[in-house]
Formats: sequence, structure tokens, C-alpha cells
Amino acid sequence: MEFFLQLLVSGISLGFLYALSALGFVMIFKSSSVLNFAHGELMAIGAFLFLALSAWADLPIVLAFVLTLAGSFTLGFILEKFFLRPLIGEALIQVIMLTLGLALMFRGLLLFIFGGDIHDYPEFLPEALSMQWGNIQIPGVFVAAIIIGILFLILFGFFFKYSSQGIYMRSVADNQPAALSLGVHVRRVFALSWAIAALVCAMSGIVLGIINGINVHELSSIGLKVFPVVILGGLDSIGGAILGGVIIGLLETFTGGYISTSLREIIPYIVLIFILMVKPYGLFGLVEIERV
Amino acid sequence: MRKLQFHPCGAYKTSYFEELHIFSTDFGRLWMWIGIVLLFGVLPFISNAYILYVVNNMGIYAIAAVGLNLLIGFTGQISLGHGAFFGVGAYAGAILATKAGLPFYIAVPLAGVMSAAVGMVFGLPSARLKHLYLCIATLAGQFIIEYVLVQWESLTGGAMGIVVPSASLFGIDLGNDRAFFYVIYFCFVLMTWIAVNLIRTRIGRAFIAIRDNDRAAEGMGIPIFPYKLLSFAISSFYAGFAGALYAYYTMSITPEPFNLWLSIEYIAMIIIGGLGSIPGSVFGAVFIVSLNEILSHLTEYLMNVGVSTGVAITIAPLREFVYGLAIVLFIIFEPKGLAEVWRIVRSSFRLWPFSY
Repeated sequence: MEFFLQLLVSGISLGFLYALSALGFVMIFKSSSVLNFAHGELMAIGAFLFLALSAWADLPIVLAFVLTLAGSFTLGFILEKFFLRPLIGEALIQVIMLTLGLALMFRGLLLFIFGGDIHDYPEFLPEALSMQWGNIQIPGVFVAAIIIGILFLILFGFFFKYSSQGIYMRSVADNQPAALSLGVHVRRVFALSWAIAALVCAMSGIVLGIINGINVHELSSIGLKVFPVVILGGLDSIGGAILGGVIIGLLETFTGGYISTSLREIIPYIVLIFILMVKPYGLFGLVEIERV
Repeated sequence: MRKLQFHPCGAYKTSYFEELHIFSTDFGRLWMWIGIVLLFGVLPFISNAYILYVVNNMGIYAIAAVGLNLLIGFTGQISLGHGAFFGVGAYAGAILATKAGLPFYIAVPLAGVMSAAVGMVFGLPSARLKHLYLCIATLAGQFIIEYVLVQWESLTGGAMGIVVPSASLFGIDLGNDRAFFYVIYFCFVLMTWIAVNLIRTRIGRAFIAIRDNDRAAEGMGIPIFPYKLLSFAISSFYAGFAGALYAYYTMSITPEPFNLWLSIEYIAMIIIGGLGSIPGSVFGAVFIVSLNEILSHLTEYLMNVGVSTGVAITIAPLREFVYGLAIVLFIIFEPKGLAEVWRIVRSSFRLWPFSY
């Protein structure tokens, strides 16, 4: 029973981490319906930027954090401006391939600069965050991940529902030409959504880095694990991303705990295939009725 | 003898039949025959063992790349699992050769068929979904197939892999590079010929219609899903066929090479070569294999230079960066790839001195 509870708790915390890393992905998909294959690499860039600023440049943690977020925001803008803007109006395949190319470029650069080893952040989270329930303990980082996850869920929920930029984003995702003809500044919407997504990616990269140590391969494989999470939750739903993350996290820890550890890495993808066949728009995704 | 065709100075085609010609002039056909004669009669005799090895690899990759281009370039469905289907073909070929003891010329096509069957399982989600989802389903397929190749030890030998006996045809041993060159390039010419002609048939036109506008295609009475699945099966067949050749060529296979990276390499090939162009896929395969060789020589050279300065450069990051850069640059500046560059160069020669 205790083993079960420990697995449950660690599954839920892992799930919130996945959900947190899926947020940036959903953000881009919601505004421009682009599948971003460079997602894991954007997380890695954020994590390494924070590492370079906090550990190597010895800046105070808060300043380093703010600078990292600002840097990622700018990176998102630059990416959109130089790489994605020339492709507005092109086939979606080209855009997806482009993100794949960007992913390779970033990974190569990061490996070249930082190497493939695992790096660690200095300790800075307060001890008070970690929780203890009888024999079950939750480390502080997981609590932080859960808090940040819920905070961003609420923030993005309000952003998309009420703010004018959020409504523009949804309109662009729904129908680009129509939004354009109604006077939505599509290019600004794209730039903004990439910038915000890069910022969220950086943050989830940092949280993941605190837990597992920062490693390019690790983070880019988590970037791919975003796909089962968002497909399960529904590609364009933020609440779905959270729920999908928790379900995938639980599945992983329980498979790892009870069945076999080697199956653990693969179970999200098996679930993914199953979901695609049975309920392709996920639990909360917008069902596009199109009979082709 | 009938009248030879030359390039007319304008579009004078009067029937769709003319539009479907592969070679618009007799010169094109002549060049193709010259190319084939040079390929089979001269190339294996002037190149040394290393060049022959590289050229053989190019042939194997080109077969699989042609298959992927049929899927991505002509049908508009993205697959991220081509490397895994290549691996399925390699393993199927190896298992058929060792456990079932089938001869070479049966094992290779049969491996292609098995690979197509596995591919269709992962293509099923495309029944209800558009290309985005097929792309994700094949990504999942990639990981699941990798897992199965490692874990199903009784069949695949796990991480140890399988040792494949050398191929023989009609009592002739094909173990050496030069003999296998003929096998690979015979298959290459055959498979390319099939692909080029497939596109001109009803099936190929349906693929292109689905790529250009699936709703309109459905409206015109093309059953989308069977054709998508067919395209996927054909593409996996090409991958499996090439994979089986690869297994026979390298003589021992392990699960490692058939990872996501290989799938991305194939995608890089057809983007750089040119989406929706059969010669493009061949250009892409030649480009990527040469790039690989150049980069590994370059890193070797840099390592030798860098020993004194203590700089260690590994090939992986450099390779990933260069691939990524090549994909990005081609998509932004020349989305039609090397095939388009080749066309521009050719036509500027043809139109000289009045090229524009």
C-alpha cells in the first residue's frame, strides 16, 4: 500500500512536470497550429541559459531567473521573425519540417557548447516546500512544479478567454485568412505566441533541470514525450494538457513500479497509438468534424 | 527511324499523354542510358574499396528515400518512422535468411512486404485524422519498434543482433563490395523505375490530388483513406526493401542504427533533395551520405589538429548542427530542394546566351 501511494504521488508530480512542459507546446499549437518539434530544445536552451547565468556568471538567483525568462522571450521573437515568418502561407509540412531542422541545430549547438554530460544547479529552493505525510515524502521541487503548473493553467485560461491578445490568438488558430481579413495583426500574434511559448519552455526546462539535472538528450526526449501528453488531453486544450500529463505520469510510474522498467519509457507511446485510434481528438480537444 | 524530339521553344503539348512523358526529349533518354552504362560499366572498376562502400550506401539510402518521397512529397503525409521501418526490413530480411533459410532473392522482397504490413498498422490512425496526426502516430511507431527490436530477444537477438549470411545468387557469392554493388544498383534502378511510373498511373495521380487538396480529392470521388494507407504501405515497402539490402550488405545488424535519428536523416534527404521529385530523393541521398563522410573526415582531421590544443570535437553535435542548418536553409530559400537547383542550372545552360 505504501509502495502504491509513493508511486501515486511521484506519478502525479511527474505528470505535473509533463503538463508544465506541454503548456508551451499547446500555446504554439493554439495560435498557429504548428507542431513544434524544437520544443525540448527550447526547454534545454532555457535550462542552460539559467545554468550559465546562475552558476557560472554568479548572478543572484532571482536576477538570473528574470534574465533567463527575458532571454527566452527574445529568442522566441527572433525565431519567429527570421525562421517562421518567411513561411507564413506555406504548407504546414514545411513549417513542421522547419521546426525539426531548428531542433537539430539547437541540439547540435548545445551539445557543442555544454557537452552531453549532466549538469546541476546550485541548491536554492527553500526547504519548507517539501512535504512529508507519514512515510511518503514529496520533494520541494515537485511541490514547486505543481504550484507553477496550476498557476500557469489559471493564468493562461484567463489569457485565452478574456484578453484581447488571447482572443486574437484563438481566432488566428481557427482560421488564418478570416482573422487576417477582420483586422487581426497575424504576424504580431505569431511573434507573441512564440515568445510566450519560449518563455514557458524555459521555465519548465529550469524546473526539470532542478529535478533531474540538466542534460540535452534528457530534455529533448521529454520534448518528444509532450506528444502523448497533448494528444491524450486534446491538442488545443490547456486543461487537457494538465490532465493528460498527470495520466501519462501515473501510467509511467505504475508501469515502472509493477510491470517492468524498460516498458516504462515506451508506455506513453503505446497509449498514444491507442488514443489516436479510439478518440483522436483527445479528452478535451476541439472535435473538427470533417468527413475526408 | 522516327524523328528525334528536341526542346520546343514553348509549350506545344496537345494531349495529356504528352504531358505524362518522363523524358520530354530524346536527349534526356540518351543521357539516362549513358548514365546507366557509366554506373554499371565504369564506376565499380575505377573506384577503390572505400569509394565503393560509400557508393553502395548511397544506393541503399536512395531506395528508401524514394519511398519516403512517395509518401511525404507526393501524398503529403509526414512519417517520422521511416528509420524504424527500414529497421523492420533489415530484421525481417535477417530473420528470413537465418531462421527460415530463405534465399536472398526471396528474403529481400518478402522483408519489404513485412515492413509494409507493419507500416500499415501505424498508418491506421490516418483513417480519421489529417497529416499532423499521422506524423505523431509514426513517431510513436518509431519508439515502439525500437523497443520491440531490443526486447524481443528470442527473435531479434536483443542488443547482440543477428549475423546475416552473405548473399548468393545462382551459385555466385555476392559477399564482396563489387558484386553487391550490382545487386544494389539493379534494385535501385528497378525501384526508381517503378516509382517514376507509379506516379503516372491512376494511383499516383490520386496521391498528388490528396496532397494538393484532400477535400477536393474526396469530392472528386477518390477514396482518401485507402489511398493514404496504400501510399504508406508502398513507402514502408521501399524502406523495408532497402533495409533488407542493408542487412545483407553489412552482414550483422544491431538495433542501434534504426533510431529516430535515422528517420530524421531520411527526412533531411528528401527535403534537401526536393519534395515531390524522384530524382530529388536520389540527390538528397547522395548529398547526405557524402555530407556524413565529409563531416567524419573533417572531425577526424580536426581531432588530429586539436590534440595539441586539447580540443575534443565529436562528430555528433557537428553533424546535427549541419543537418539542421541545411534543412532550415533549404526550406527557407529553396523549398523545392536540389532538384530545383539542378533544373535551374540545366535550363540556364540550355537557354544560354539568353538565360534569365
